[in-house]
Amino acid sequence: MVGIVLVSHSEKLVSGVLDFCRLMAKECPIATAGGTSDGGYGTDYDKIKEAVSSVMSPEGVLIIMDLGSSVMTAEMVLDEFDSDTVMMADCPMVEGAVAATVEAEGGSDLLTVKQAAEEVREVSKF
Amino acid sequence: MTDSDKVLNILQKIADAIHENEQFLTDLDAAIGDNDHGINMDKGFQKVATDIPSLSGKDIGSILKRVGMDLVSTVGGSAGPLYGTAFMKAGAVVADKNEIDQEDFVSIMEAGIGGVQLRGKAVKGEKTMLDAMIPAFEAMKASCTAGDDTPSMLKKGVEAAENGVEYTKTIIATKGRASYLGERSIGHQDPGATSFTVILRAISESY
Repeated sequence: MVGIVLVSHSEKLVSGVLDFCRLMAKECPIATAGGTSDGGYGTDYDKIKEAVSSVMSPEGVLIIMDLGSSVMTAEMVLDEFDSDTVMMADCPMVEGAVAATVEAEGGSDLLTVKQAAEEVREVSKF
Repeated sequence: MTDSDKVLNILQKIADAIHENEQFLTDLDAAIGDNDHGINMDKGFQKVATDIPSLSGKDIGSILKRVGMDLVSTVGGSAGPLYGTAFMKAGAVVADKNEIDQEDFVSIMEAGIGGVQLRGKAVKGEKTMLDAMIPAFEAMKASCTAGDDTPSMLKKGVEAAENGVEYTKTIIATKGRASYLGERSIGHQDPGATSFTVILRAISESY
């Protein structure tokens, strides 16, 4: 099953999104990397790298980020892995995370999970 | 010529200068960002300072790469991947060198700016560190070509960077957290452009 990594400036935010995703995706491997290593707001390179490794499998890993340095730091972590195995999704975090985890839970491959996450950009809320 | 020991000496001066400006940089970021630029930069360069003794005897390329990795791992904000990539790219152009000259310094700057652009996908005029970096690079490149000595070249670079910081007060942020403020970002100087100027000034004052 494709693993999902949620990256945010805030530990609270990312653990909230994880709980929220678990309502629908019980089995899919999800890891979080929120905040800095000293518990502050920000992004932590090593935390993200560890999170990716913790949900790594031959099916691959999709990273979903919030904004700013989350994107840039995740990009740098991406350089450490095979580009066919670890990818980033360009999507809003909450909607993208729900879509991706549900898709992954259904057994889809990495590209399909990434596409599911990115398709949420096209969905109007009202 | 600048050897590895001098580079380490300069890195310590940069760490000291960032530390002295920690509150100032954070206050600038409080106005248009998320209130942590000075804190983050200080965290990063204090880690660099801690690593200086272990870098003694290493070539300049390896030293700069290590600085880049330190910044990426410890800064925590956008400055981490931005300055981190800059130092790593800079290290690559002087790989294995134990001494660098003025032209190498210009190449280092050019590669560093390339790194910032690669990572941040910004261009000049978006109220970012590039608005200090690019004019400083251009001034130093011209000065180097004109045959100025290192101290004069660096002074011209600092002057151009300072003017760049002033320029950031006049424009709207379109990249980074400040971009959410739109027109309200006018009147404030960019913290990243300022921290770059602090760094370049520390380098300049070492000559």
